[in-house]
Amino acid sequence: MKKIVTLLLSAGLVATATQAFSSPQEDLQKFRTYFEQKFPGMKLDDFGNGSYALDESKRIQWESMEEFPPYDEFVDKGREIWEKPFKNGKSFASCFGSDPSKVRVKYPHWDSKTQQVVTLEGDINKCLKENGEKPFGWKKGPIAWLSAFFGYEARGQKINVKIPNDPKALEAYEHGRHFFYAKRGQLNMACADCHVKYPGHFIRGNLLSTALGQTTHFPVYRAKWAKKSKDGDGMGTLHRRYGGCNKQVRARPFKAQSKVYRDLEFFHQYMSNGLTINAPGYRE
Amino acid sequence: MTRLNHRFSGLAGSLVLAAGLVITAQAAAAEDAVAAGKKLAFDRKKGNCLACHHIEGGSLMGNIAPPLVAMKSRFPDKAKLRTQIFDPTKANPRSIMPPFGKHRILSDKEIDLVTEFIYSL
Repeated sequence: MKKIVTLLLSAGLVATATQAFSSPQEDLQKFRTYFEQKFPGMKLDDFGNGSYALDESKRIQWESMEEFPPYDEFVDKGREIWEKPFKNGKSFASCFGSDPSKVRVKYPHWDSKTQQVVTLEGDINKCLKENGEKPFGWKKGPIAWLSAFFGYEARGQKINVKIPNDPKALEAYEHGRHFFYAKRGQLNMACADCHVKYPGHFIRGNLLSTALGQTTHFPVYRAKWAKKSKDGDGMGTLHRRYGGCNKQVRARPFKAQSKVYRDLEFFHQYMSNGLTINAPGYRE
Repeated sequence: MTRLNHRFSGLAGSLVLAAGLVITAQAAAAEDAVAAGKKLAFDRKKGNCLACHHIEGGSLMGNIAPPLVAMKSRFPDKAKLRTQIFDPTKANPRSIMPPFGKHRILSDKEIDLVTEFIYSL
């Protein structure tokens, strides 16, 4: 009897221990398997098409929208920003290298020197500051246009976020993971509640997308954002969307590019590793 | 005597009439509660039950949660239904349903009215 109890106890301990130390690789495997089983037969890259992959009539509407995509003019504006020299004569190429198609795939990444998650938008503003230019606003406008241009140039490449085996990097990843699964706000909802548990279901008239593939198409042009803006600019960054989601569950949003959202992005993008970048996307 | 009898029957008559009025008034109040509860349940900024539940007469309804039908057989005890609306995490800590009372999304009075409405379905 004593033996059995000890056995059970140690089995329990082992289970707890592996749970606490499940590696990002293991998390990714479980995450992907879960979605593959939930939507059998769906191609991996189709998860990057969000709710349009889950509803045939929505997909048809979306595909016709993609024939003359409303984000095109903003990708062009992003290209102009990329090409325009700074006052000091240098340009963004001095920070990102001369090939704009090789930028997006490097983000987000762990910076071992500063011990934090570095995002594409973070480095865009860092580059501006280092060159004596005024940084862009964080959520929309020029930062989203330039990010959309980098995304467009990187289309066809695969998301490839690396979580180094550095305790601080793992801690940042763990923070992001915890944020994703934790309930928050007056409505008491987690990211995972809608986008892991109930994708494919309707919340009011909106079809919930899968968390897998959510980051491949950011920044996005949202019809909802375009309606809100004076000049029809519907572009917005991933962190703008995080803030919107948090507000929808009646939680106070964090600041775009805050540590909380950068850690969330680290986890969130990592979970879509291996999926093809199709940014910028169009969304309702 | 006849006069007295007459008076008595008159009194009894008014008593019956009064009782009838009370019952009608009660029924009307209950109907009002159901109607007020429905308004709260359908209001996007209040109950917003249609975000996830199918309710007869609603539009643009979600399908995350079970349709709200046959509630009296699912919740014979009205108090349990009220608890489920007040704090669904009691029955299931991971429930996606917002804790309407615990997080003060609705007031106690509003939860009473919504409970009346949902119980009537």
